[in-house]
Amino acid sequence: MARWQGQLIKIDDYRWKIPENYKTGMRVPGLIYASKEMLESICEEQTPEQVANVAFLPGIVGYSFAMPDIHWGYGFPIGGVAAMDIKDGVVSPGGVGYDINCGVRLLRTSLSEAEVRPRINELINELFLNVPSGLGSEGKIKVSQKEMNQLMVEGARWAVKRGLGSEEDLDVTEEGGCLGGADPSKISDKAAKRGMPQAGTLGSGNHFLEIQVVKEIFDSHIASIMGITEIGQILVLIHTGSRGFGHQVCTDHLRVMEGAVSKYGIKLPDRQLACAPIESSEGQDYLGAMACAANYAWANRQCIAHWVRESFSKIFGKSPEKLGMRQVYDVAHNIAKIEEHTIDGRKVKVCVHRKGATRAFPAGHKDIPRRYKEIGQPVLVPGDMGRCSFVAVGTQKAMSESFGSTCHGAGRALSRGAARRSMKGRDVVRELESRGITIKAGNILSLAEEASQAYKDITEVIDVVHRAGISRKVAMAIPMGVIKG
Amino acid sequence: MKKAFEIIDHTADVGIIAYGADVEELFSNAALALFSLITEPESVEEKLHLDLEVSSEGRDSLLVEWLNELIYLFDVKHILFNRFNIESLTHNELKATCYGEGFDPMKHKIKTGVKAATYHMLKLDKSGDGCKAQIILDI
Repeated sequence: MARWQGQLIKIDDYRWKIPENYKTGMRVPGLIYASKEMLESICEEQTPEQVANVAFLPGIVGYSFAMPDIHWGYGFPIGGVAAMDIKDGVVSPGGVGYDINCGVRLLRTSLSEAEVRPRINELINELFLNVPSGLGSEGKIKVSQKEMNQLMVEGARWAVKRGLGSEEDLDVTEEGGCLGGADPSKISDKAAKRGMPQAGTLGSGNHFLEIQVVKEIFDSHIASIMGITEIGQILVLIHTGSRGFGHQVCTDHLRVMEGAVSKYGIKLPDRQLACAPIESSEGQDYLGAMACAANYAWANRQCIAHWVRESFSKIFGKSPEKLGMRQVYDVAHNIAKIEEHTIDGRKVKVCVHRKGATRAFPAGHKDIPRRYKEIGQPVLVPGDMGRCSFVAVGTQKAMSESFGSTCHGAGRALSRGAARRSMKGRDVVRELESRGITIKAGNILSLAEEASQAYKDITEVIDVVHRAGISRKVAMAIPMGVIKG
Repeated sequence: MKKAFEIIDHTADVGIIAYGADVEELFSNAALALFSLITEPESVEEKLHLDLEVSSEGRDSLLVEWLNELIYLFDVKHILFNRFNIESLTHNELKATCYGEGFDPMKHKIKTGVKAATYHMLKLDKSGDGCKAQIILDI
């Protein structure tokens, strides 16, 4: 791919603007959060072109944003944020992606590294048995069509009602684990068939379950409110989404949107940006179906969190309560949501597309739980399996600048093929073990694709959003045990 | 002999370029490319067959729908296919018989999970000596 040759205007060390006149058809400028060094690799990949393309979408307000973990996607870049005025704007399934509400959930524990390290193999084996993972993995819970309809509407609460978790978990989940407006009548038979057997499964690819050790605390007051108090404390991070269900919902509705684009006379630079007016039947149908998939993902992470607690309980012979296994937070990384934001002093309802981006609401915002009112919404940013992950919080700056959004992860630096070639002949499992990381994977072949070298350095990504002020870093943890599907 | 398909790299995803002397062969080769990403096609035997009908708005979206139908069948019915007989193919409809077998974890190695075939950078060209298509898959 040729290097991107367009114009980037430096606003400050971490903000770069693509002017609105870069391409005829852009309705707003683009804004990329990155350091100068990161910008090099971003341009090599032609990703700014996708940021500019998103700016074509009707009703887009502010900027077409790109977070520092941005990389080339299909239609929308991954790491992209775009808000559309609900009155004259569009909703685009490509702005959410196939894995609807792919996201992360973080549990804290009162265990220390010294207590867990000697038993890490046992623990990982137990988790591997207890949490269904891998490609095409099917759940240990059986979901009937009737239950599937409830699950789609209730989200994480569906699982809590079945005894998998507590009310408190819901309180510390984005949207309480249940996005309103879910409409099961907009779900195809195919999507339901893909979804039912896969409920309560981790899946494969970049999804994982990680046991982590807190290595650094940057803000001890904020961290302590989240229950992160000690260096060496054990955390558990769960990364998964809506599985085949979400993929089918996206596929089904993209097809509808293909027709909608010509019906509503929308001009697009890339077919994968297919969209429909938010207020149109096609737009509303997608939002109703997307909410079903978002809720499925929250139910999924809720089930898995329960089995994680069960597994710890079995190995350490104490109840999850005694082990202090409280949920810190759960965030979506791929979602579109109707939110109220202030633009030029006016309150406006917009549909915020976050495609590989995290909501980052500030302290005091009405949509964050009481427990976190004073500190802001926790933001969970996983890195790759060999490096580290961060916990951050949302800020007022994010609210006023990026529609309350920040980065979501490290972002790929190498394609899967290039990653495999660079790791050729190397033993990923042994390399990780030599660094104190135990790994168990359903598919060893795909491990090389997820090696550290394949990703950008998460530390640089976090530094950019921290310095740009769209979130504040709170703590950093490194992996000790990883389960990959 | 001209090659049936190539796999191309795409940062987060992967793409296929399929060739064919005619459109029927192209559709068959694109499906072969898909299953070569999912598993090792040599390990798949013809133990069952399935008749499929796919429709769409146009020829290139038909290609996307065709691959998405196969992805769906693998995800839900766990069938791996290794041969495709395209019986009829119009501008917006396809009828095919697909041959393969049920996934057996003891026998088949799964290489990659494919979520969907996308419209991104989708291209289908006909030229004097055959057809060529590019499809990006989300994996």
